[in-house]
Amino acid sequence: MTAAPAVEKAEVKPDEEFPGIAAPDTRKGYGGYLVAPEHLVEVVTKLRDEAGYNYLSSATAVDYLEEGKLEMVYHLYRITGGPALVVKAQTPRDKAVLPSLVPLFPGADLQEREAWDLYGIRFTGHPNLKRILLWEGFWGHPMRKDWKEPYFEEETKPFDSRWPGGAVFRSEQHNPFGHNVKYPDGFTLEGWTPEADKALYAGLGTVTDVNAGSLKTDQIVVNLGPQHPSTHGVFRIAATLDGETIVDLEPVMGYLHRNHEQIGERNTFLQNIPFTDRLDYLSSMSNNLGYALAVEKLMNVKPPERAEYIRVIMVEMTRIANHLWAIGFLLNDLGAFFTPALYAIQERELILDVFEATAGSRMMCNYMRFGGVARDLPDGIEARLNELAFERLPRKVDELDAYLTNNEIIRSRCIGVGVLPAEQAIAYSTAGPVLRASGVPYDVRRADPYSIYDRFDWNVAVRYNGDVYDRYLIRLDEIRESIKIVQQALRDLPGGEIQTGKPQYQVRVPAGEAYGRVDNPKGELGFYVISTGKPNPYRYHVRAPSFINLTPFGEMCKGHKVADVVVILGSIDIVLGETDR
Amino acid sequence: MYGLGILRGLGTVLTHFVNTYLDDIRWLGRRYYNPQALAVRQGPKTAGIFTVQYPEEKLVTPEEFRYIPFLLYEVKEDGTKEDRCTSCGICAKVCPPQCIWIERTTDPKTGRPVPAPREFYIDIDICMNCGFCAEYCPFDAIKMDHDFEIASYDRTSAHIFNKERLSTSVDYYASIRPTNYAREEVARAEKEAKKAKK
Amino acid sequence: MTTLEKPVSDLQVPDDIQPNIFITTLDKIYNWSRRSSCWPMMFGLACCAIEMICTAASRYDLARFGMEVMRPSARQADLMIVSGTVTKKMVPQIVRLYNQMPEPKYVLAMGACASGGGPFKEGYNVVSGVDKYVPVDVYVPGCPPTPQALLHGLITLQRKIDQQSIRNVPWYQPGASEPIPVPILGPDIIDPRQAPLLRDRAARGLSNSLTVADRVKE
Repeated sequence: MTAAPAVEKAEVKPDEEFPGIAAPDTRKGYGGYLVAPEHLVEVVTKLRDEAGYNYLSSATAVDYLEEGKLEMVYHLYRITGGPALVVKAQTPRDKAVLPSLVPLFPGADLQEREAWDLYGIRFTGHPNLKRILLWEGFWGHPMRKDWKEPYFEEETKPFDSRWPGGAVFRSEQHNPFGHNVKYPDGFTLEGWTPEADKALYAGLGTVTDVNAGSLKTDQIVVNLGPQHPSTHGVFRIAATLDGETIVDLEPVMGYLHRNHEQIGERNTFLQNIPFTDRLDYLSSMSNNLGYALAVEKLMNVKPPERAEYIRVIMVEMTRIANHLWAIGFLLNDLGAFFTPALYAIQERELILDVFEATAGSRMMCNYMRFGGVARDLPDGIEARLNELAFERLPRKVDELDAYLTNNEIIRSRCIGVGVLPAEQAIAYSTAGPVLRASGVPYDVRRADPYSIYDRFDWNVAVRYNGDVYDRYLIRLDEIRESIKIVQQALRDLPGGEIQTGKPQYQVRVPAGEAYGRVDNPKGELGFYVISTGKPNPYRYHVRAPSFINLTPFGEMCKGHKVADVVVILGSIDIVLGETDR
Repeated sequence: MYGLGILRGLGTVLTHFVNTYLDDIRWLGRRYYNPQALAVRQGPKTAGIFTVQYPEEKLVTPEEFRYIPFLLYEVKEDGTKEDRCTSCGICAKVCPPQCIWIERTTDPKTGRPVPAPREFYIDIDICMNCGFCAEYCPFDAIKMDHDFEIASYDRTSAHIFNKERLSTSVDYYASIRPTNYAREEVARAEKEAKKAKK
Repeated sequence: MTTLEKPVSDLQVPDDIQPNIFITTLDKIYNWSRRSSCWPMMFGLACCAIEMICTAASRYDLARFGMEVMRPSARQADLMIVSGTVTKKMVPQIVRLYNQMPEPKYVLAMGACASGGGPFKEGYNVVSGVDKYVPVDVYVPGCPPTPQALLHGLITLQRKIDQQSIRNVPWYQPGASEPIPVPILGPDIIDPRQAPLLRDRAARGLSNSLTVADRVKE
């Protein structure tokens, strides 16, 4: 949230309730409250229990190199809607220790592990603090501002070597190993032992004597992935099994960790847009929108009417395409190999055709700009969108519904499997269809409206059982709601400009912080951006829904069979580009 | 009744199956290699067979489609080629993964820069096809190509495109993006007229 | 099904190469059958994997090329489509999978990331091209390559298979083929083939932690 207004609306003022412990953040363009680390747990507990801030959306670290400090930023929301309450805690860089919030919000688990991995903040009281995106034994904490990667050229883009000198080179030519590799000085192969998997297996719990009958079986650890057709990419599940039953399970990720955030801090603001396409690569339009909203908050620009409508149409089309894909591949995971997916992909292809004609690419749309969209709808696309939204998609969704929903096999495999109760769903910070299928009607489009969603007539889809079947149904519901929104947007689509001001390749972004969030098809996608007034963001963090939705995965699977794990994972609907970033 | 859901599902599959034959009868052997049939088969009215018989027939590429960038040159009346690029460097600056290298020409006598590139490289192993270079080029000198059939056996020699490999005539551009070309030509003519007035 | 037959000439065959006719005819059958049943491994890495799945789906239909049988097990696959960014954390698994594939095996690097690191090349966890570790047969540029571009890449691979001869293909040569040493996850990824270089640099007191910027200055 920019500056003060958002915080003023909140009824709680931590600085008045905790004098001397919490103080408003007075840096220019910043908001929220700085809390003394030793009182962090106390303050957050009170905010959660008494003020109702029971949903921890995002927890991330920022490295203030010049001040010698690391800062954790927590965005707390009320699950009933409304703006954020931002709480921050600082710790010295050379001895970075903060209290863990996992006992309060289990949803902070993976996020704190990420902060430890990339920033080296030690969280006291964290039950399982080990690296998450990189491997145990990796040298250094790469998101710290003074850590340089092997292909490091300059602090910020554009690089000087590109123009006007322009002597082309491949980075590997200049690296002694040619492999994007560097080792600590004095490193020798002989004095080193691998520890990557040891830590993982040590953390897996085993339960002895589940039912101490006459037949005793040993518990074994089984790995699914990273190369496994059911894991939707390069995702790994380490599970302790007792026979076929899951005793303990831990998601292992980072196999697609592409350093999105570090590259994002090197890029200029504009250059980040095509990179956001590659986060959740099934719904690039929504990612574009989330990032554009965050930066527009800082820049204080608003897109023209027509651009707003085009944005909504494109984003909702993305949601339809994404949910079709998710349903198709959930069925794949159930064993209905490829036929349902083929039907879903066919409709998705028709939507992608629209994206290709409008944005230029099927998947990597790169369509939104700060204060507008890249180009207007070309001739004939409106007609095609109308045909899709009014005629084809409703018919095809009904067909998919008839094809799958009452299928007895699907019902018996899905109903009652992987149940996530509402209280847990909130505590684990899940978002999107996973949260809404558990009976929590929380949709950012309604709870904290952005763009022009308040103008349309639509309902927040919600289901109450929180099992795999409901997570399947809610995606069908959301497709229907999205079709409704697209129909209204197409009906009301005004003419006019599509961009505020002239398109610029260097945007001026005033100093400050902003947290822009949108309801991505996967859940709440947030971008936390800090600008220092320079052409590049100082901090660029992505609150990835796929990543955080995985926090309760182990809990959801316990007690089920191995075959159910695959289905539960499919029902969460993760995309590894976003999970690992 | 147990099993009804499965039967209904099978009915949906059967409809799809029958649709392919209905589609066959509709086009009577002219379903493939026929632009009209392709447009219907790949449009929002498609039912039955959805397959495009690549490489014999290809999907119609929309005008905005982008793949690898290329440089434009104009052929003058005397047959010489003139690059539109002035080596201003905006594309190299805006390129998100920084895959463009431009070497500016300098006048050998005065040592001052000349508005033309001596060399222009794009590392297509880094290029992310985002189209920013084309979007922000003030001279319409770099555009995104439609040609995607560029698979190769070796990347060490072939995947850094130099100026020679990148240069394509304006006519080609006009053929792949007619609407954009027409719009840009109007804008260019206006600019020229303004300049002449001054 | 799409085939890429070369035009058959009806030239008279000279006597001295008559014995080879058998081999060339055999080659043709051999290559045709391998080319038309080149089963890819079901192995998706990143964004490109989505386009690969779309290629296998009804619109582009890999089955027309005999490639519809995507095998989740490396033991049954002929072709590894490296579809996406290869990260350091993933590369040991990729090399292991490659070693598990039976000969004849092919590798297709799909997209900019798999070919040379792509837009994420500068990142600390990204390998600058899968060919740093496993030999690649065909590179398909694009980010991501459209399904048609991938099909073109696969046709290019078929063309390569067509040019091979049973007499000199490596997998019928005496001696077992050596597996590629699996990289190790150390302080950074360690390629065992580079251990001598590492030792040499350590012995000569050279720094191993130079960045590109330092090297350019040097």
